[in-house]
Amino acid sequence: MAERTQKQKPTPARTEEAVESAPSPTAQGDKLKAELDDLLDEIDEVLETNAEDFVKSYVQKGGE
Amino acid sequence: MAIAKVCGIETEYGIQVRGAESNPVAASSVLINAYVSGVLRQVGWDFNDEQPGNDARGFSFEHFFAPEVESQLVNTVLTNGARYYVDHAHPEVSTPECVNALEVVRFDRAAEEIIRASMLAARRLLNDGSEIVTYKNNSDGKGNSYGCHENYLVDRSTPFARIVSQITPHFVSRQVFCGAGKVGSELAGTSSTAVPYQISQRADFFEEEVGLETTLKRPIVNTRDEPHCDAQKYRRLHVIVGDANMSEVATYLKVGTTAIVLAMIEDDQIGTDLTLANPVSAIRQISHDPSLTRTVLLRDGRRLTALELQWSLFERARTYERSHGLACVGESIASDLMARWEAVLTGLGTDRASVAHWVDWVAKARLIEGFADRHGLSADDARLKALDLQYHDMRAERCLANRMGLEVLISHDDVRTAMTEPPQTTRAYFRGTCLQRWPDQIVAANWDSMVFDIGREPLRRVPMMEPLRGTAEHVAALFDQCATAAELLARLGS
Repeated sequence: MAERTQKQKPTPARTEEAVESAPSPTAQGDKLKAELDDLLDEIDEVLETNAEDFVKSYVQKGGE
Repeated sequence: MAIAKVCGIETEYGIQVRGAESNPVAASSVLINAYVSGVLRQVGWDFNDEQPGNDARGFSFEHFFAPEVESQLVNTVLTNGARYYVDHAHPEVSTPECVNALEVVRFDRAAEEIIRASMLAARRLLNDGSEIVTYKNNSDGKGNSYGCHENYLVDRSTPFARIVSQITPHFVSRQVFCGAGKVGSELAGTSSTAVPYQISQRADFFEEEVGLETTLKRPIVNTRDEPHCDAQKYRRLHVIVGDANMSEVATYLKVGTTAIVLAMIEDDQIGTDLTLANPVSAIRQISHDPSLTRTVLLRDGRRLTALELQWSLFERARTYERSHGLACVGESIASDLMARWEAVLTGLGTDRASVAHWVDWVAKARLIEGFADRHGLSADDARLKALDLQYHDMRAERCLANRMGLEVLISHDDVRTAMTEPPQTTRAYFRGTCLQRWPDQIVAANWDSMVFDIGREPLRRVPMMEPLRGTAEHVAALFDQCATAAELLARLGS
Protein backbone atom coordinates (compact mmCIF):
# COMPACT_ATOMS: atom_id res chain seq x y z
CA MET A 1 0.00 0.00 0.00
CA ALA A 2 1.34 3.39 -0.98
CA GLU A 3 -0.10 5.02 2.13
CA ARG A 4 1.29 2.43 4.45
CA THR A 5 4.89 1.48 4.10
CA GLN A 6 5.58 0.71 7.72
CA LYS A 7 6.35 -2.98 7.99
CA GLN A 8 4.75 -5.00 10.73
CA LYS A 9 6.31 -8.02 12.26
CA PRO A 10 4.08 -10.54 13.93
CA THR A 11 4.78 -10.43 17.62
CA PRO A 12 3.65 -13.46 19.54
CA ALA A 13 5.32 -11.46 22.29
CA ARG A 14 5.75 -13.50 25.40
CA THR A 15 6.13 -16.93 23.88
CA GLU A 16 9.19 -15.67 21.99
CA GLU A 17 10.57 -13.91 25.03
CA ALA A 18 10.16 -17.08 26.97
CA VAL A 19 12.31 -18.95 24.47
CA GLU A 20 15.01 -16.29 24.30
CA SER A 21 15.48 -15.27 27.89
CA ALA A 22 13.74 -18.23 29.51
CA PRO A 23 12.34 -16.55 32.61
CA SER A 24 10.71 -19.01 34.96
CA PRO A 25 6.94 -19.31 34.56
CA THR A 26 6.57 -17.88 38.05
CA ALA A 27 8.65 -14.80 37.23
CA GLN A 28 6.65 -14.27 34.07
CA GLY A 29 3.40 -14.65 36.00
CA ASP A 30 4.63 -12.18 38.66
CA LYS A 31 5.50 -9.62 35.99
CA LEU A 32 2.06 -9.88 34.44
CA LYS A 33 0.46 -9.60 37.84
CA ALA A 34 2.46 -6.46 38.65
CA GLU A 35 1.38 -4.89 35.37
CA LEU A 36 -2.22 -5.74 36.11
CA ASP A 37 -1.95 -4.29 39.62
CA ASP A 38 -0.72 -0.97 38.22
CA LEU A 39 -3.57 -1.04 35.77
CA LEU A 40 -6.14 -1.72 38.48
CA ASP A 41 -4.79 1.19 40.51
CA GLU A 42 -5.39 3.46 37.54
CA ILE A 43 -8.78 1.98 36.80
CA ASP A 44 -10.01 2.68 40.32
CA GLU A 45 -9.56 6.36 39.47
CA VAL A 46 -11.52 6.42 36.20
CA LEU A 47 -14.28 4.00 37.07
CA GLU A 48 -17.88 5.18 36.95
CA THR A 49 -18.76 6.20 40.51
CA ASN A 50 -22.11 4.50 40.87
CA ALA A 51 -21.73 1.26 38.98
CA GLU A 52 -25.22 0.01 39.72
CA ASP A 53 -26.97 3.14 38.39
CA PHE A 54 -24.65 3.29 35.42
CA VAL A 55 -25.32 -0.31 34.43
CA LYS A 56 -29.06 0.07 35.02
CA SER A 57 -29.29 3.23 32.93
CA TYR A 58 -27.38 1.78 30.00
CA VAL A 59 -30.35 0.66 27.91
CA GLN A 60 -30.14 0.58 24.13
CA LYS A 61 -32.61 0.06 21.39
CA GLY A 62 -31.78 -2.91 19.23
CA GLY A 63 -30.14 -1.82 16.01
CA GLU A 64 -29.01 -3.09 12.63
CA MET B 1 -9.08 -17.42 -9.35
CA ALA B 2 -10.74 -15.62 -6.47
CA ILE B 3 -11.50 -11.95 -7.09
CA ALA B 4 -10.00 -9.12 -5.03
CA LYS B 5 -11.59 -9.09 -1.60
CA VAL B 6 -12.70 -5.48 -1.45
CA CYS B 7 -14.03 -5.05 2.08
CA GLY B 8 -15.35 -2.65 4.66
CA ILE B 9 -16.88 -2.49 8.09
CA GLU B 10 -19.91 -0.68 9.50
CA THR B 11 -20.26 -0.07 13.20
CA GLU B 12 -23.29 0.98 15.21
CA TYR B 13 -22.26 2.63 18.44
CA GLY B 14 -24.18 2.43 21.70
CA ILE B 15 -25.30 5.91 22.76
CA GLN B 16 -26.23 7.44 26.09
CA VAL B 17 -27.12 11.00 27.06
CA ARG B 18 -25.96 12.17 30.48
CA GLY B 19 -27.36 15.14 32.32
CA ALA B 20 -30.41 15.69 30.10
CA GLU B 21 -33.50 13.93 28.85
CA SER B 22 -33.12 12.81 25.27
CA ASN B 23 -34.00 9.95 23.00
CA PRO B 24 -31.27 8.04 21.19
CA VAL B 25 -32.44 9.01 17.70
CA ALA B 26 -32.28 12.71 18.53
CA ALA B 27 -28.97 12.27 20.33
CA SER B 28 -27.48 10.42 17.36
CA SER B 29 -28.61 13.24 15.07
CA VAL B 30 -27.10 15.88 17.32
CA LEU B 31 -23.85 13.94 17.43
CA ILE B 32 -23.53 13.65 13.68
CA ASN B 33 -24.74 17.17 12.95
CA ALA B 34 -22.25 18.55 15.45
CA TYR B 35 -19.45 16.89 13.52
CA VAL B 36 -20.70 17.60 10.04
CA SER B 37 -21.60 21.23 10.63
CA GLY B 38 -18.08 21.84 11.82
CA VAL B 39 -16.33 19.89 9.09
CA LEU B 40 -18.13 19.75 5.81
CA ARG B 41 -21.36 20.65 4.16
CA GLN B 42 -23.79 17.79 4.38
CA VAL B 43 -24.27 15.82 1.22
CA GLY B 44 -27.37 13.68 1.14
CA TRP B 45 -27.39 9.98 0.63
CA ASP B 46 -29.32 8.73 -2.36
CA PHE B 47 -31.66 5.86 -1.57
CA ASN B 48 -32.75 5.11 -5.14
CA ASP B 49 -30.42 2.18 -5.41
CA GLU B 50 -30.82 0.77 -1.93
CA GLN B 51 -32.52 -2.61 -1.94
CA PRO B 52 -31.91 -4.14 1.47
CA GLY B 53 -34.93 -6.40 0.98
CA ASN B 54 -33.29 -8.32 -1.85
CA ASP B 55 -32.31 -11.81 -0.84
CA ALA B 56 -29.24 -13.66 -2.10
CA ARG B 57 -31.27 -16.84 -2.28
CA GLY B 58 -33.03 -15.33 -5.30
CA PHE B 59 -36.28 -13.83 -4.09
CA SER B 60 -37.23 -10.36 -2.90
CA PHE B 61 -39.25 -9.16 0.06
CA GLU B 62 -40.95 -6.01 -1.11
CA HIS B 63 -41.34 -3.37 1.58
CA PHE B 64 -39.46 -5.65 3.93
CA PHE B 65 -37.31 -2.76 5.01
CA ALA B 66 -38.28 0.81 4.46
CA PRO B 67 -35.29 2.97 3.59
CA GLU B 68 -37.55 6.02 3.50
CA VAL B 69 -37.79 5.78 7.28
CA GLU B 70 -34.05 6.15 7.45
CA SER B 71 -33.91 8.88 4.86
CA GLN B 72 -35.55 11.33 7.23
CA LEU B 73 -32.65 10.89 9.58
CA VAL B 74 -29.22 12.42 9.41
CA ASN B 75 -27.24 10.75 6.73
CA THR B 76 -24.05 12.03 5.26
CA VAL B 77 -21.00 11.12 3.25
CA LEU B 78 -17.57 12.18 4.41
CA THR B 79 -14.59 13.26 2.35
CA ASN B 80 -12.80 10.04 3.30
CA GLY B 81 -15.49 8.15 1.40
CA ALA B 82 -17.24 6.88 4.55
CA ARG B 83 -20.92 7.18 5.37
CA TYR B 84 -21.90 8.61 8.77
CA TYR B 85 -25.56 8.34 9.67
CA VAL B 86 -28.30 7.49 12.13
CA ASP B 87 -29.33 3.87 11.82
CA HIS B 88 -32.37 3.01 13.90
CA ALA B 89 -31.37 4.51 17.22
CA HIS B 90 -27.60 4.49 16.88
CA PRO B 91 -24.90 6.56 15.23
CA GLU B 92 -23.22 4.41 12.61
CA VAL B 93 -20.10 4.78 10.51
CA SER B 94 -19.49 2.69 7.40
CA THR B 95 -15.89 2.75 6.30
CA PRO B 96 -15.15 3.38 2.65
CA GLU B 97 -14.38 0.37 0.47
CA CYS B 98 -10.89 -0.94 1.22
CA VAL B 99 -8.57 -3.34 -0.56
CA ASN B 100 -7.31 -5.18 2.50
CA ALA B 101 -7.78 -5.77 6.22
CA LEU B 102 -5.12 -3.26 7.27
CA GLU B 103 -6.90 -0.54 5.33
CA VAL B 104 -10.13 -1.51 7.06
CA VAL B 105 -8.39 -1.11 10.43
CA ARG B 106 -7.11 2.31 9.37
CA PHE B 107 -10.60 3.52 8.45
CA ASP B 108 -12.25 1.86 11.43
CA ARG B 109 -9.80 3.73 13.66
CA ALA B 110 -10.58 6.93 11.75
CA ALA B 111 -14.28 6.24 12.42
CA GLU B 112 -13.54 5.99 16.14
CA GLU B 113 -11.78 9.35 16.06
CA ILE B 114 -14.67 10.87 14.11
CA ILE B 115 -17.01 9.59 16.83
CA ARG B 116 -14.70 11.09 19.50
CA ALA B 117 -14.53 14.42 17.70
CA SER B 118 -18.33 14.33 17.38
CA MET B 119 -18.78 13.84 21.13
CA LEU B 120 -16.57 16.86 21.83
CA ALA B 121 -18.34 18.97 19.20
CA ALA B 122 -21.76 17.96 20.58
CA ARG B 123 -20.73 18.91 24.08
CA ARG B 124 -19.78 22.40 22.90
CA LEU B 125 -23.01 22.64 20.91
CA LEU B 126 -25.28 21.52 23.75
CA ASN B 127 -23.51 23.85 26.16
CA ASP B 128 -25.73 22.86 29.10
CA GLY B 129 -23.44 20.44 30.88
CA SER B 130 -25.10 17.45 29.27
CA GLU B 131 -22.99 14.96 27.44
CA ILE B 132 -23.49 12.39 24.70
CA VAL B 133 -21.41 9.30 25.35
CA THR B 134 -20.89 6.48 22.87
CA TYR B 135 -19.75 2.89 23.28
CA LYS B 136 -18.15 0.67 20.68
CA ASN B 137 -19.81 -2.53 21.82
CA ASN B 138 -22.76 -4.67 20.70
CA SER B 139 -25.03 -5.20 23.65
CA ASP B 140 -26.56 -3.36 26.59
CA GLY B 141 -26.47 -6.49 28.74
CA LYS B 142 -30.27 -6.53 28.83
CA GLY B 143 -31.02 -8.40 25.64
CA ASN B 144 -30.65 -5.53 23.17
CA SER B 145 -27.99 -5.86 20.52
CA TYR B 146 -26.67 -3.64 17.74
CA GLY B 147 -24.27 -4.61 15.06
CA CYS B 148 -20.81 -4.37 13.65
CA HIS B 149 -21.16 -5.61 10.09
CA GLU B 150 -18.48 -6.55 7.62
CA ASN B 151 -18.80 -6.55 3.84
CA TYR B 152 -16.78 -8.54 1.32
CA LEU B 153 -16.85 -8.54 -2.45
CA VAL B 154 -17.40 -12.04 -3.78
CA ASP B 155 -17.74 -13.49 -7.24
CA ARG B 156 -21.36 -13.79 -8.35
CA SER B 157 -20.55 -17.08 -10.04
CA THR B 158 -19.73 -18.76 -6.72
CA PRO B 159 -22.81 -20.75 -5.67
CA PHE B 160 -24.34 -19.02 -2.65
CA ALA B 161 -25.15 -22.35 -0.99
CA ARG B 162 -21.42 -23.15 -1.02
CA ILE B 163 -20.61 -19.85 0.64
CA VAL B 164 -23.21 -20.49 3.35
CA SER B 165 -22.08 -24.00 4.20
CA GLN B 166 -18.34 -23.37 4.00
CA ILE B 167 -18.05 -19.98 5.71
CA THR B 168 -20.16 -21.09 8.68
CA PRO B 169 -17.40 -23.05 10.50
CA HIS B 170 -15.24 -19.89 10.34
CA PHE B 171 -18.05 -17.61 11.55
CA VAL B 172 -18.73 -19.95 14.46
CA SER B 173 -15.09 -20.38 15.55
CA ARG B 174 -13.28 -17.13 14.64
CA GLN B 175 -14.63 -15.54 17.84
CA VAL B 176 -11.72 -17.16 19.70
CA PHE B 177 -9.56 -14.29 18.42
CA CYS B 178 -12.12 -11.62 17.51
CA GLY B 179 -14.68 -11.96 20.30
CA ALA B 180 -14.91 -8.78 22.36
CA GLY B 181 -15.86 -10.53 25.62
CA LYS B 182 -18.96 -10.09 27.75
CA VAL B 183 -19.81 -10.36 31.43
CA GLY B 184 -22.77 -12.73 31.86
CA SER B 185 -25.24 -14.06 29.32
CA GLU B 186 -28.34 -12.64 27.65
CA LEU B 187 -29.62 -16.01 26.59
CA ALA B 188 -32.96 -16.74 28.26
CA GLY B 189 -32.54 -19.27 31.04
CA THR B 190 -28.76 -18.86 31.36
CA SER B 191 -27.63 -17.58 34.74
CA SER B 192 -24.52 -15.58 35.55
CA THR B 193 -23.40 -18.57 37.62
CA ALA B 194 -23.54 -20.80 34.56
CA VAL B 195 -21.92 -18.17 32.28
CA PRO B 196 -20.08 -15.54 34.35
CA TYR B 197 -18.08 -14.44 31.32
CA GLN B 198 -18.19 -15.29 27.64
CA ILE B 199 -16.05 -14.78 24.56
CA SER B 200 -18.49 -12.95 22.28
CA GLN B 201 -20.83 -9.99 22.69
CA ARG B 202 -23.10 -11.29 19.96
CA ALA B 203 -23.31 -15.10 20.15
CA ASP B 204 -26.37 -15.01 22.45
CA PHE B 205 -28.37 -13.25 19.73
CA PHE B 206 -28.04 -15.72 16.86
CA GLU B 207 -31.01 -18.01 16.28
CA GLU B 208 -30.79 -19.14 12.66
CA GLU B 209 -28.12 -20.57 10.36
CA VAL B 210 -29.06 -18.49 7.35
CA GLY B 211 -31.58 -15.74 6.57
CA LEU B 212 -32.32 -12.13 5.70
CA GLU B 213 -33.06 -10.72 9.14
CA THR B 214 -30.70 -8.50 11.08
CA THR B 215 -32.77 -7.36 14.06
CA LEU B 216 -34.57 -10.48 15.21
CA LYS B 217 -34.00 -14.18 14.64
CA ARG B 218 -30.53 -13.17 13.54
CA PRO B 219 -28.82 -15.60 11.16
CA ILE B 220 -25.14 -16.60 11.25
CA VAL B 221 -25.03 -16.06 7.48
CA ASN B 222 -27.02 -13.07 6.32
CA THR B 223 -28.52 -13.31 2.85
CA ARG B 224 -28.97 -9.62 2.07
CA ASP B 225 -28.20 -9.28 -1.63
CA GLU B 226 -27.51 -5.65 -2.25
CA PRO B 227 -24.19 -5.57 -4.05
CA HIS B 228 -23.83 -1.77 -4.52
CA CYS B 229 -21.90 -2.60 -7.68
CA ASP B 230 -22.30 -4.65 -10.85
CA ALA B 231 -24.78 -7.32 -9.75
CA GLN B 232 -24.01 -9.50 -12.74
CA LYS B 233 -20.41 -9.92 -11.63
CA TYR B 234 -20.42 -9.50 -7.86
CA ARG B 235 -22.07 -10.13 -4.56
CA ARG B 236 -21.44 -8.20 -1.38
CA LEU B 237 -21.42 -10.71 1.43
CA HIS B 238 -22.95 -8.86 4.38
CA VAL B 239 -21.63 -10.34 7.62
CA ILE B 240 -23.57 -9.60 10.79
CA VAL B 241 -22.10 -12.21 13.11
CA GLY B 242 -19.06 -10.26 14.37
CA ASP B 243 -18.35 -8.19 17.47
CA ALA B 244 -17.06 -4.62 17.30
CA ASN B 245 -13.43 -4.74 18.35
CA MET B 246 -11.39 -2.29 20.38
CA SER B 247 -8.21 -4.18 19.47
CA GLU B 248 -6.82 -3.21 16.08
CA VAL B 249 -5.23 -6.62 15.66
CA ALA B 250 -8.58 -8.30 16.34
CA THR B 251 -10.27 -6.27 13.59
CA TYR B 252 -7.32 -7.01 11.30
CA LEU B 253 -7.55 -10.76 11.93
CA LYS B 254 -11.34 -10.82 11.76
CA VAL B 255 -11.44 -9.16 8.33
CA GLY B 256 -8.21 -10.67 7.01
CA THR B 257 -8.94 -14.30 7.86
CA THR B 258 -12.51 -14.00 6.60
CA ALA B 259 -11.25 -12.58 3.30
CA ILE B 260 -8.86 -15.54 2.99
CA VAL B 261 -11.57 -18.12 3.75
CA LEU B 262 -13.91 -16.48 1.22
CA ALA B 263 -11.18 -16.57 -1.43
CA MET B 264 -10.69 -20.27 -0.71
CA ILE B 265 -14.44 -20.85 -1.07
CA GLU B 266 -14.45 -19.07 -4.42
CA ASP B 267 -11.64 -21.32 -5.59
CA ASP B 268 -13.38 -24.32 -4.02
CA GLN B 269 -10.46 -25.15 -1.74
CA ILE B 270 -12.20 -25.62 1.62
CA GLY B 271 -14.19 -28.82 1.29
CA THR B 272 -17.23 -29.86 3.26
CA ASP B 273 -15.70 -31.91 6.07
CA LEU B 274 -15.83 -29.06 8.62
CA THR B 275 -19.62 -28.72 8.37
CA LEU B 276 -21.14 -28.36 11.82
CA ALA B 277 -24.09 -30.42 12.99
CA ASN B 278 -25.73 -27.42 14.68
CA PRO B 279 -24.03 -24.07 14.04
CA VAL B 280 -26.42 -22.06 16.26
CA SER B 281 -25.77 -24.09 19.38
CA ALA B 282 -22.07 -24.36 18.44
CA ILE B 283 -21.57 -20.58 18.29
CA ARG B 284 -23.05 -20.26 21.79
CA GLN B 285 -21.21 -23.25 23.23
CA ILE B 286 -17.92 -21.81 22.02
CA SER B 287 -18.74 -18.34 23.30
CA HIS B 288 -19.78 -19.67 26.71
CA ASP B 289 -16.49 -21.54 27.17
CA PRO B 290 -13.50 -19.23 27.77
CA SER B 291 -11.45 -22.30 28.66
CA LEU B 292 -11.58 -23.15 24.93
CA THR B 293 -11.79 -26.85 25.76
CA ARG B 294 -15.40 -27.63 24.87
CA THR B 295 -15.93 -29.51 21.61
CA VAL B 296 -18.71 -28.99 19.09
CA LEU B 297 -20.30 -31.68 16.97
CA LEU B 298 -19.59 -31.91 13.26
CA ARG B 299 -22.02 -33.38 10.79
CA ASP B 300 -19.71 -36.34 10.20
CA GLY B 301 -19.83 -37.22 13.90
CA ARG B 302 -16.43 -35.86 14.94
CA ARG B 303 -16.10 -33.40 17.79
CA LEU B 304 -13.64 -30.50 17.54
CA THR B 305 -12.78 -27.53 19.71
CA ALA B 306 -13.01 -24.03 18.25
CA LEU B 307 -9.21 -23.90 18.14
CA GLU B 308 -9.09 -27.19 16.25
CA LEU B 309 -11.59 -25.82 13.74
CA GLN B 310 -9.43 -22.72 13.35
CA TRP B 311 -6.24 -24.77 12.95
CA SER B 312 -7.95 -26.80 10.21
CA LEU B 313 -8.89 -23.61 8.41
CA PHE B 314 -5.43 -22.16 8.92
CA GLU B 315 -3.69 -25.27 7.54
CA ARG B 316 -5.94 -25.18 4.48
CA ALA B 317 -5.14 -21.49 4.05
CA ARG B 318 -1.43 -22.31 4.20
CA THR B 319 -1.89 -24.87 1.43
CA TYR B 320 -3.99 -22.40 -0.54
CA GLU B 321 -1.33 -19.72 -0.15
CA ARG B 322 1.19 -22.08 -1.76
CA SER B 323 -1.07 -23.20 -4.60
CA HIS B 324 -2.98 -20.00 -5.42
CA GLY B 325 -1.18 -17.15 -3.65
CA LEU B 326 -2.97 -14.56 -1.51
CA ALA B 327 -2.83 -11.55 -3.83
CA CYS B 328 -6.61 -11.20 -3.63
CA VAL B 329 -6.50 -10.30 0.09
CA GLY B 330 -3.64 -7.83 -0.39
CA GLU B 331 -0.14 -8.84 -1.45
CA SER B 332 1.46 -6.40 0.98
CA ILE B 333 -0.20 -7.84 4.08
CA ALA B 334 -0.72 -11.52 3.23
CA SER B 335 2.36 -12.99 4.90
CA ASP B 336 1.92 -10.83 8.00
CA LEU B 337 -1.73 -11.84 8.19
CA MET B 338 -0.90 -15.54 7.99
CA ALA B 339 1.85 -15.17 10.59
CA ARG B 340 -0.46 -13.41 13.02
CA TRP B 341 -3.26 -15.92 12.42
CA GLU B 342 -0.87 -18.72 13.31
CA ALA B 343 0.56 -16.82 16.29
CA VAL B 344 -2.82 -16.01 17.79
CA LEU B 345 -3.96 -19.64 17.58
CA THR B 346 -0.67 -20.78 19.12
CA GLY B 347 -0.97 -18.22 21.90
CA LEU B 348 -4.57 -19.08 22.68
CA GLY B 349 -3.67 -22.75 22.87
CA THR B 350 -0.58 -22.39 25.04
CA ASP B 351 -0.18 -19.14 26.98
CA ARG B 352 -3.37 -17.08 26.94
CA ALA B 353 -1.69 -14.01 28.45
CA SER B 354 0.68 -13.85 25.48
CA VAL B 355 -2.18 -12.65 23.25
CA ALA B 356 -3.81 -10.28 25.75
CA HIS B 357 -2.43 -7.40 23.63
CA TRP B 358 -4.28 -8.71 20.56
CA VAL B 359 -7.50 -10.35 21.71
CA ASP B 360 -10.24 -8.23 23.28
CA TRP B 361 -11.97 -10.96 25.27
CA VAL B 362 -8.64 -12.02 26.80
CA ALA B 363 -7.70 -8.45 27.70
CA LYS B 364 -11.14 -7.81 29.18
CA ALA B 365 -11.08 -11.09 31.11
CA ARG B 366 -7.79 -10.08 32.76
CA LEU B 367 -9.35 -6.80 33.79
CA ILE B 368 -12.55 -8.37 35.13
CA GLU B 369 -10.79 -11.20 36.98
CA GLY B 370 -8.15 -8.88 38.42
CA PHE B 371 -10.75 -6.42 39.65
CA ALA B 372 -13.01 -9.14 41.07
CA ASP B 373 -10.05 -10.69 42.92
CA ARG B 374 -8.87 -7.39 44.32
CA HIS B 375 -12.26 -6.43 45.70
CA GLY B 376 -13.59 -9.91 46.40
CA LEU B 377 -16.59 -9.47 44.10
CA SER B 378 -19.09 -12.11 43.10
CA ALA B 379 -19.68 -12.84 39.41
CA ASP B 380 -22.95 -10.89 39.30
CA ASP B 381 -21.58 -7.70 40.90
CA ALA B 382 -22.70 -4.61 38.99
CA ARG B 383 -19.15 -3.25 39.05
CA LEU B 384 -18.01 -6.05 36.74
CA LYS B 385 -20.75 -5.18 34.25
CA ALA B 386 -19.72 -1.53 34.55
CA LEU B 387 -16.11 -2.46 33.73
CA ASP B 388 -17.36 -4.43 30.73
CA LEU B 389 -19.26 -1.39 29.39
CA GLN B 390 -16.45 0.99 30.17
CA TYR B 391 -13.96 -1.14 28.24
CA HIS B 392 -15.82 0.18 25.16
CA ASP B 393 -16.33 3.81 26.30
CA MET B 394 -15.34 6.04 23.38
CA ARG B 395 -14.23 8.92 25.62
CA ALA B 396 -10.45 8.61 25.48
CA GLU B 397 -10.03 9.40 29.18
CA ARG B 398 -12.64 6.83 30.25
CA CYS B 399 -11.95 4.05 27.78
CA LEU B 400 -10.54 1.03 29.60
CA ALA B 401 -9.47 -0.79 26.43
CA ASN B 402 -7.02 2.09 25.88
CA ARG B 403 -5.26 1.13 29.10
CA MET B 404 -4.85 -2.56 28.34
CA GLY B 405 -1.67 -2.29 26.26
CA LEU B 406 -3.36 -3.38 23.03
CA GLU B 407 -0.98 -3.39 20.07
CA VAL B 408 -1.34 -0.43 17.72
CA LEU B 409 -1.09 -1.09 13.98
CA ILE B 410 -1.94 2.35 12.63
CA SER B 411 0.06 5.42 13.56
CA HIS B 412 -1.65 8.51 14.95
CA ASP B 413 -0.82 10.45 11.78
CA ASP B 414 -2.25 7.76 9.52
CA VAL B 415 -5.48 7.76 11.53
CA ARG B 416 -5.71 11.57 11.31
CA THR B 417 -5.22 11.43 7.56
CA ALA B 418 -7.88 8.73 7.15
CA MET B 419 -10.45 10.97 8.87
CA THR B 420 -10.54 13.21 5.80
CA GLU B 421 -8.64 11.51 2.97
CA PRO B 422 -10.16 8.56 1.11
CA PRO B 423 -8.34 5.31 0.36
CA GLN B 424 -6.26 5.59 -2.82
CA THR B 425 -7.00 2.14 -4.10
CA THR B 426 -10.80 1.81 -4.49
CA ARG B 427 -13.65 3.84 -6.00
CA ALA B 428 -13.90 5.58 -2.60
CA TYR B 429 -11.04 7.71 -3.91
CA PHE B 430 -13.34 9.14 -6.60
CA ARG B 431 -16.21 9.67 -4.13
CA GLY B 432 -14.05 11.30 -1.47
CA THR B 433 -12.10 13.50 -3.87
CA CYS B 434 -15.28 14.79 -5.54
CA LEU B 435 -16.64 15.67 -2.10
CA GLN B 436 -13.44 17.50 -1.24
CA ARG B 437 -13.33 19.40 -4.49
CA TRP B 438 -16.95 20.21 -5.32
CA PRO B 439 -19.21 19.67 -2.29
CA ASP B 440 -21.64 22.36 -3.48
CA GLN B 441 -22.29 20.59 -6.74
CA ILE B 442 -22.91 17.12 -5.40
CA VAL B 443 -26.57 16.63 -4.57
CA ALA B 444 -26.34 12.97 -3.67
CA ALA B 445 -23.75 10.31 -3.17
CA ASN B 446 -24.07 6.58 -2.90
CA TRP B 447 -21.76 3.59 -2.82
CA ASP B 448 -22.16 3.08 -6.55
CA SER B 449 -22.94 6.54 -7.92
CA MET B 450 -22.59 10.28 -7.48
CA VAL B 451 -25.19 12.82 -8.59
CA PHE B 452 -23.98 16.28 -9.68
CA ASP B 453 -25.87 19.51 -10.19
CA ILE B 454 -23.79 21.81 -12.35
CA GLY B 455 -26.62 24.25 -12.95
CA ARG B 456 -27.26 24.43 -16.65
CA GLU B 457 -28.14 20.79 -17.32
CA PRO B 458 -30.33 18.10 -15.79
CA LEU B 459 -28.77 16.39 -12.77
CA ARG B 460 -25.93 14.16 -13.88
CA ARG B 461 -25.45 10.73 -12.33
CA VAL B 462 -22.00 9.18 -12.50
CA PRO B 463 -22.26 5.43 -12.00
CA MET B 464 -19.46 3.67 -10.11
CA MET B 465 -20.29 0.03 -10.62
CA GLU B 466 -16.71 -1.26 -10.34
CA PRO B 467 -15.28 -1.07 -6.79
CA LEU B 468 -11.72 -1.04 -8.13
CA ARG B 469 -12.23 1.75 -10.69
CA GLY B 470 -11.96 5.40 -9.78
CA THR B 471 -8.76 4.85 -7.81
CA ALA B 472 -5.95 7.39 -7.53
CA GLU B 473 -4.08 5.48 -10.21
CA HIS B 474 -7.04 5.85 -12.58
CA VAL B 475 -8.30 9.35 -11.90
CA ALA B 476 -5.80 11.42 -9.88
CA ALA B 477 -4.36 12.92 -13.06
CA LEU B 478 -7.87 13.62 -14.35
CA PHE B 479 -8.73 15.48 -11.13
CA ASP B 480 -5.56 17.54 -11.56
CA GLN B 481 -6.67 18.53 -15.04
CA CYS B 482 -10.21 19.56 -14.04
CA ALA B 483 -10.83 22.84 -12.27
CA THR B 484 -14.60 22.39 -12.08
CA ALA B 485 -17.12 19.61 -11.71
CA ALA B 486 -18.45 20.51 -15.15
CA GLU B 487 -15.02 19.86 -16.67
CA LEU B 488 -14.81 16.54 -14.87
CA LEU B 489 -18.23 15.48 -16.15
CA ALA B 490 -17.35 16.57 -19.67
CA ARG B 491 -14.14 14.52 -19.54
CA LEU B 492 -15.93 11.50 -18.06
CA GLY B 493 -18.67 11.76 -20.69
CA SER B 494 -16.32 11.99 -23.64
